[in-house]
Amino acid sequence: MSSTTNYILGVYDDEDEVLHAVSEVKSKGIKIEDVFTPFPIHGLDRAVGHERTRLPIAAFLFGVLGLTCALSLISYTMVFDWPMIIGGKDFFALPNWIPVSFEGTVLFTAFGLVITFCISNNLYPGNQPDILDLRITDDKFVMAINVDKNKKVSADDIKKALKDSGAIEVNVK
Amino acid sequence: MAGHSHFSPANVEEHFEFTSEGKKRVIYAFIAGVIALVLGIYLLSKGEAGGHEVANAGHEAVKAGHEAAGEHLSGGAVSHQPAAEDHYDWTNRIWANVWLNAVFFTGIAVIGMFFVSLQYLTKSGWSSVMKRVPEAFPKFLFITLPILLLVFFFKGDVIFHWMHHGVTEVGSENYDKIIAGKAGYLNKTFFIVRLVGFFALWIGLWTVLRKKSLEEDLIGGTDLFTQLVRISTAFIVVLGASSSMFAWDWVMSIDTHWFSTMFGWYMFSSWHVTGLAVITLAVLILKDKGYMAYVNENHLHDLGKLMFAFSIFWSYVWFEQFLLIYYANMPEEIIYFLERWEGHNKIYKASEILMVLLNFLLPFLVLMTRDAKRTRIFLKIAAFFIIVGHYIDFYQMIMPGVLGKHGGYGLVEFGMVTVFASAFIYIISDELTKASLIAKNHPFLPEAVHHDI
Repeated sequence: MSSTTNYILGVYDDEDEVLHAVSEVKSKGIKIEDVFTPFPIHGLDRAVGHERTRLPIAAFLFGVLGLTCALSLISYTMVFDWPMIIGGKDFFALPNWIPVSFEGTVLFTAFGLVITFCISNNLYPGNQPDILDLRITDDKFVMAINVDKNKKVSADDIKKALKDSGAIEVNVK
Repeated sequence: MAGHSHFSPANVEEHFEFTSEGKKRVIYAFIAGVIALVLGIYLLSKGEAGGHEVANAGHEAVKAGHEAAGEHLSGGAVSHQPAAEDHYDWTNRIWANVWLNAVFFTGIAVIGMFFVSLQYLTKSGWSSVMKRVPEAFPKFLFITLPILLLVFFFKGDVIFHWMHHGVTEVGSENYDKIIAGKAGYLNKTFFIVRLVGFFALWIGLWTVLRKKSLEEDLIGGTDLFTQLVRISTAFIVVLGASSSMFAWDWVMSIDTHWFSTMFGWYMFSSWHVTGLAVITLAVLILKDKGYMAYVNENHLHDLGKLMFAFSIFWSYVWFEQFLLIYYANMPEEIIYFLERWEGHNKIYKASEILMVLLNFLLPFLVLMTRDAKRTRIFLKIAAFFIIVGHYIDFYQMIMPGVLGKHGGYGLVEFGMVTVFASAFIYIISDELTKASLIAKNHPFLPEAVHHDI
């Protein structure tokens, strides 16, 4: 995250409180950037209003790519480049190829998804993760509000709203 | 949302009412089925195959095919003779249909028990809002047991090649060395012992489970839950053995010369996914009628996932069985698929293709996305076609061996399945009225009510 971004962070120490705080803060017209928690909380992503991930679509596309690659490789090697008869079957012995095509599909989907996930979350070797508050890896719940995306509400109002919703401390970063 | 709503089990009873209107509809469906069946039988008695005349030229082609396959065999000792070839009588098609439907609906009934047992064994919470639906299914075993027994006693030789007269007697003109070798397992007495013995275990364990489950409604507590887990464990063990044996007995032994070590799994996977589809459909219909107040899209999502997963599982088992046989290309094995693909004047080819499309491609595409699994209409479409697809699957397992070139889809098939299905709906609806649709003292009920995925 660039240094020009301003965040106001509300720190909470209970998962139910942060879940209720989300709707309370939202009801005041404040847009929440994200909520960081040490463990998953049921219904939190819906409360914050995150869109569903599009990874399943990527998975499908990687699967189709894998299937195409596997079938192309087998048919090129076994039919066009050097036709081979195995077990007295036709050159285009599709049933024989299904296990390999399946493996190809799974392989491409798995690698493709992991790589896509890492890229979309800035996870790559040598990257220093930019953690807003180290305690989110321990026992605190942090609601991050991007000041630049909340032009209509003043910073003081945001801080007040966080305090009112039960934040034990409010920090600016 | 996280567990904050106020849920008290005391006020969640829900009683299904099998209205006279509903009863009437099921009975009309039953009568329509009987009429179709009678008409079908009449047509069958008039002309062979009831409108599905098979051209003579076709017979020759099939015979030529059989001979070609037979040439590869050493000494011709294992030449495959479909049971129907010599002893065909037009009534055979009726008995084949009774057997097909009895096997199919026995499967659905027993999978109801399997589903409940699996939930107890894995201590799953989510399903406790709808477990009374599958719990009612095994009631239908009381109907299929006598049907299976009667058909076996009186018309067993129509269905099973190994029951033909004299196949195991040395010197008889029908003597068959291979079948005689299997006589230690495939004989009338042992068959009946297995059938009656395992049914007794199924029905017995279900009766105890049902009784304890209803007791739980009255007294609650976790003692009964622990006992139910034990009964479920016992049932899973029994079903593990019996489903395999029944697959060999009821279906695989029709083609007595042929065998596949994957057949137990294959038939069980077909039963399982059909059962899941029937459970889903029943829950959805009850929900449409205003019952199942605590079943929401999260529970439907889980049912959808199960249907999706086990459709893929069925496809895997079916294909794996096919692939090994196709790859090895041994005449005595490949004949099974040749019969279904190009044998018998190709009458089974279309339904073999249709079956794979309905059982694999349709659920795979329809149920793939998360939204589809949470939408009632998609679930209904998928469940309905899975049931139809697996009926055809069982048709493909049974008919080519029993009827050979005389098979077909006609009024007899339609009527028979309507009769069985409406009887099933009647018996299960009646059983559902006997208890609250919500197991109100199930220890995991609050967890299920707050199920969120």
